[in-house]
Amino acid sequence: MKEIKTSAITQAIARLCQEANFGLGEDVLSALKQAQKTEQSPLGREVLSQLIENARIAQEERRPLCQDCGTAVVFLEIGQEIHITGGDLNAAVKEGVRQGYAEGYLRKAMVSQPFSSRINTKDNTPPVIHAEIVAGDKLKITVMPKGGGAENMSRLAMLMPSDGRQGIIDLVVKTVDDAGGNSCPPLIIGMGIGGTAEKAMLLAKKALLRKVAQPNPDPEIAELEKEILAQVNALGIGPMGFGGNTTALAVHAEVMPTHITSLPVAVNLQCHSARHKEAIL
Amino acid sequence: MNILSPIKEEVIEKLTVGTRVLISGVIYTARDAAHYRLIQALDKGGKLPFDLEGQTLYYMGPSPARPGQVIGSAGPTTSSRMDIYTPRLLAAGIRAMIGKGSRSPEVREAIKKYKAVYLVTIGGAGALLAKSIKQAEVIAYEDLGAEAIMRLTVENFPAIVANDIYGQDLFEQGKAKYQKGRK
Repeated sequence: MKEIKTSAITQAIARLCQEANFGLGEDVLSALKQAQKTEQSPLGREVLSQLIENARIAQEERRPLCQDCGTAVVFLEIGQEIHITGGDLNAAVKEGVRQGYAEGYLRKAMVSQPFSSRINTKDNTPPVIHAEIVAGDKLKITVMPKGGGAENMSRLAMLMPSDGRQGIIDLVVKTVDDAGGNSCPPLIIGMGIGGTAEKAMLLAKKALLRKVAQPNPDPEIAELEKEILAQVNALGIGPMGFGGNTTALAVHAEVMPTHITSLPVAVNLQCHSARHKEAIL
Repeated sequence: MNILSPIKEEVIEKLTVGTRVLISGVIYTARDAAHYRLIQALDKGGKLPFDLEGQTLYYMGPSPARPGQVIGSAGPTTSSRMDIYTPRLLAAGIRAMIGKGSRSPEVREAIKKYKAVYLVTIGGAGALLAKSIKQAEVIAYEDLGAEAIMRLTVENFPAIVANDIYGQDLFEQGKAKYQKGRK
């Protein structure tokens, strides 16, 4: 049985926290560059070019892309053939986040007791960990620093089955419209449809990890993504809400079966600073 | 348009929605937690950490500076979280605010009433915006960490007028111009 030491996991996570905060993925950069060609508003185009310039500076100087270095959301896909040794896995992940945020001069944004004392934990822990057991003998780690501005504008709705496709479109368009410039558009819109309440939101978040603008392999879902993207971009919100036709770069929807009474729809918004990095141990 | 902060009244009168400005001078950072404390100090008639008269607030909490850097990344946070405190601070002397996203009707009204201005800059461009910050010093509420109040000296800090004393709104105007279909 393949063994993976928790110390290796800590080390990988510390590195990924920094890489994700300093470097925008090539897919995000090329989507921003593509949008520069299609954005109608001169101010909107200028915002896009400044975002591209910002990404260059961040990478060169190892300075965070955004001062909001996010909640550290960590996805673990644990191959069922591996054995993790050397201590508690969750503690190892937490330690990796602590080290990464300290070494990278990243902003620590987590507060304890969310509705009263709100005292900063000072090391950006705890992370939010989503672990699942998968086939194989690998451990895949993805670190997604998730900024507050866009996360705050996310929505979950338990629609009526009769609301159907149109109900889903209306929900997403309204969510993006209500968010306006607050969510730092241009956005990537993550959607989870089906499952249960919590599963729908997890699907929506995972949809954000997909390569930007890569459609869902199911043609019916890909068509829904395309239609929502067109409607969202017709809202006129534009880059940073200053007006324009680039309110979103992409819509990514993930779908799964649900209960006979239900149509859960989750919308998780991702700002243009769409940061995530992965490693396989 | 190049402007100096604190921004004089006659300059504020010239700042209409969509005007691009490059700000030089002194601005103060304050986010939700610092706003709460400023309001508490005003309520108690206590001493404020700086004289608010005519000053500019930047809704920003930076990432930590590396050794040798003035500041880490330093872009704006969502202004609407400050809306509940803003009219009170405008009444107390604040004349300009820099953030991201739109403001409440109450804030827009107070901007007209007190002859103030709301400016926006690019959210998520914190590495780029840090280049315009030449000095940074924590002056109050150090225990708040990234949310402490800092006095910043800026040079050609880029921003756009989003709400002016004439009641105009950049977000409404921009959206109306580029919205398709249902108007």
